[in-house]
Amino acid sequence: MKTAAISLPLLLLLSGCGGVQSALDAHGQTAILLKSLIIFVVATCFVVWIIVMLVLIWSLMRRRDGQAADDRSLHRRITIAVSGAVAATALIISGLTIASFYTTRGLDPARDPDMTIRVRAQQWWWQFIYEDADPAQSFHTANEIHIPVGKAVRVRLESSDVIHSFWVPSLAGKQDLIPGRENVLTLRAERPGVYRGQCAEFCGLQHSHMALFVIAEDEESYRQWASAQRKEGLQPREPEIVAGKALFMARQCAACHTIRGTEASGTTGPDLTHIGSRHTIAAGLLENTRGSLAAWIADPQTLKPGNNMPIVPLSADELRQISAYMDSLK
Amino acid sequence: MTTERRSSAATDVDLDDAELDRQLDRTWAGRTSFWGAIAAVDHKVIARRYIVTAFVFLILGGMLALAMRIQLAQPEARFINADRYNQIFTMHGSNMMFLFAVPVMEAMAVYLVPLMVGTRNIAFPRLNAFSYWVFLAGGILLWISFALDTAPDVGWFAYVPLSGPEYGSGKRADVWAQMITFTELSALAVAVEIVVTVLKQRAPGMSLDRIPLLVWSMLVMAFVVIMAMPAIMFESSTLIMDRLVGTQFYNPAEGGDVLLWQHLFWFFGHPEVYIIFLPAVGMVSTILPTFVQRPIFGYLPVVMALIATGVLAFGLWVHHMFVIGLPRLAESFFTASSMAIAIPAGVQIFCWLATLWAGRPIFKTPLLFVIGFIITFVIGGLTGVMVASVPFDAQVHDTYFVVAHFHYVLIGGAVFPLIAGIYYWFPKMTGRMMSERLGQWSFWLIFVGFNLTFFPMHILGLQGMPRRIYTYQPEMPWGGLNLFISLSAVILFSGFLVFFIDVARSWSAGRPAGQNPWNASTLEWAMNSPPPPYNFRRIPVVDARDPLWCGSDELPVASGLRTDRRELLISSVVEALPEARESSPRDSVWPFWAAIATSIMLIWSIFSPWAIVWGSIPIAITLIGWFWPKGIAEDES
Repeated sequence: MKTAAISLPLLLLLSGCGGVQSALDAHGQTAILLKSLIIFVVATCFVVWIIVMLVLIWSLMRRRDGQAADDRSLHRRITIAVSGAVAATALIISGLTIASFYTTRGLDPARDPDMTIRVRAQQWWWQFIYEDADPAQSFHTANEIHIPVGKAVRVRLESSDVIHSFWVPSLAGKQDLIPGRENVLTLRAERPGVYRGQCAEFCGLQHSHMALFVIAEDEESYRQWASAQRKEGLQPREPEIVAGKALFMARQCAACHTIRGTEASGTTGPDLTHIGSRHTIAAGLLENTRGSLAAWIADPQTLKPGNNMPIVPLSADELRQISAYMDSLK
Repeated sequence: MTTERRSSAATDVDLDDAELDRQLDRTWAGRTSFWGAIAAVDHKVIARRYIVTAFVFLILGGMLALAMRIQLAQPEARFINADRYNQIFTMHGSNMMFLFAVPVMEAMAVYLVPLMVGTRNIAFPRLNAFSYWVFLAGGILLWISFALDTAPDVGWFAYVPLSGPEYGSGKRADVWAQMITFTELSALAVAVEIVVTVLKQRAPGMSLDRIPLLVWSMLVMAFVVIMAMPAIMFESSTLIMDRLVGTQFYNPAEGGDVLLWQHLFWFFGHPEVYIIFLPAVGMVSTILPTFVQRPIFGYLPVVMALIATGVLAFGLWVHHMFVIGLPRLAESFFTASSMAIAIPAGVQIFCWLATLWAGRPIFKTPLLFVIGFIITFVIGGLTGVMVASVPFDAQVHDTYFVVAHFHYVLIGGAVFPLIAGIYYWFPKMTGRMMSERLGQWSFWLIFVGFNLTFFPMHILGLQGMPRRIYTYQPEMPWGGLNLFISLSAVILFSGFLVFFIDVARSWSAGRPAGQNPWNASTLEWAMNSPPPPYNFRRIPVVDARDPLWCGSDELPVASGLRTDRRELLISSVVEALPEARESSPRDSVWPFWAAIATSIMLIWSIFSPWAIVWGSIPIAITLIGWFWPKGIAEDES
């Protein structure tokens, strides 16, 4: 646990806002299982390809003087060779089918998960709802989730507009989010780290900029994070931030965004109660700094053309105040 | 009985060759005027137009690919914006599948099947002309919409609800849907012609077990078209109805279903791959024996493999939907069925290898492309086995791994054989040889460029790069490989450039080819190059699988067909015993007008449902004109 606690900030530092996103860099229970299947299947297929290529080269290059005069025995020998090769093909694909079948059995959703997160994918961001038996304990976040290492996390996948696909390759295979249906996926991180994911089903204009981050950390850090997220948005004291908050409520912002503990309760855009605590903004587009917040608020349509956030005309001071307020919402 | 007497007066019996050629030419040749060209129904003329048009679309689609590669060469590039990129990848896919791959394969069938089965024209030649004009109109519709910045931007699969009335803005998805209707209409028409030509117009004696393998593959392909295409025509029509008149086929809020779309699409979409692939393997099975000067090893297993592929094609569409949350049993079933397709593919590969082993390879350009095909197609087939596994697919689905896989199958598995086929049949179609030197250059550039371009995409996919993204962020570790791929694509393009230069040069200045430059065994080599309008002076009689390799210089022939009207021989389905003489339609401009009327109706229907009502009137008029008896010889029963 201690090493994990130390290594986490290190990992964050190293990965910047990148994070690991590779099926070959597996850190989740499912992904590790899939990786070994991938390696087994690729190795088998590679051997098959090499054999076919050797036969091809031999067929093309073999010396042909003294061609067997007895055409019938030649024909019989070739028939045996071809039949054998077809039988071997059938055997190999049966083997691969069985390997695939047993791997699939290992992927069944956990029956009694340790926790459940609901995902509602939207054009082009991820809404996460941490469910709790006690509704007061439930909270929303966007584009970034924290999970405890070694725990089975049930992810309920829904879409509120078009089809998306939830894919964090270092943790698990992908699963579509389909309007009118619910899919389920189990995530279990074996090691702490930042795992990047991305929408994998074409979902329109900004499909390319629809990333998410899974931050796996030890249970203690997770608990701290979760209880911080449950709190209401901080009440500002600094005059600049107070002004920023007033602006937020007065301008269009509050119509689309929620900040718990204030009158802002829009549901079109991401919940901003703790936006300052996230590593990135705009679904992984920019690292979360005060500067990038200001840039985003000033002109979201240039940074991510076509997204649903309108340009709100603000003076330089207003922009500074609003971004200071956002930044303060840790 | 008077008909009997009159016909016997004008048959080919007892005419010498020169006189027979003169009479046949008078009956079969089209007029050389502009309207004569519009009215042409000769399968060779139509097929040549089809092939040239399809290759023009290949060039245009290639330009789109180049644009995408420039955009992806570096992270967050600003060469193309998101909106245009989404149009471009949609155009690239739709164009290559619907305007290039399927039409070009069918066009090869339209050209070659009548020659290879020994008949004078394809069945329903006017329908054939109609299909070309409809195809051309569909292609023009798509490309004009692209020029006007209203091209579809929802992917070549156009998944709902993204393409539905709520999220697909403007007329973009409607253009996609109607382009589908155009091209499927023409594909279905050609498929029907091929089936009838193969089953009823074969030369006497060409029983089912003597049909050339290319013809077998085209026959299976045509049946697959007939069974697969209605699914997507239904789909494109229901989509446009959802968008235009507010039906709710795909709206979950009103009891529709978004997955219905995917099932219908892939029930067509997967067989579509075999619609492209079957003709390609047919070409390989035809070309390869010629260049080892030995009949194919395992004719029967190869035919069985073609049929098995055609049947299995309909049992594995769900592997395109492995991550939608299927029940486990369905996953296992479709994994097994998808893996099973490896068996017929394996049968063919092993038969080709056996043929190569037993013969003496002559390393001309067509054989080089065939060998390149075997090397790359085996890779594509093996990665196909990989994605057939549900858990494997869970990681690579919708990533560049899949992009790599299907380009290996479609370019390595279908375009390589197609280019081999162009090098092989170009002498027959034009009467001139293509350059062997440029051919070798184009092969090596295409083969090396292709593998350098597409192989690294497997790795990108495993490294987590999804498909259909117009850009990626600098912190992702994909920049280096993407740059490498974009540079390699230049090699691939230069290979195609050499190929097109060779075609253009050889068309006018190639070495004269003669009847049978490759010493091939099938009937299309038994006549002058290019073939006369009537194909065969006298209908050949076939008594072997490789009729031109049977020793004698002269083919046995049947006579008795009339020379004063277009007439061909109808034979029985299994044994190809002569059954009847049947007239073959003359040139007509009506198919052209019918296609224009159909196009007006389909394009108009993008904008108004009333198009279906008012637009059907000109169609009815043109069809009446088309079928109205003209009192010519061909109208006699």
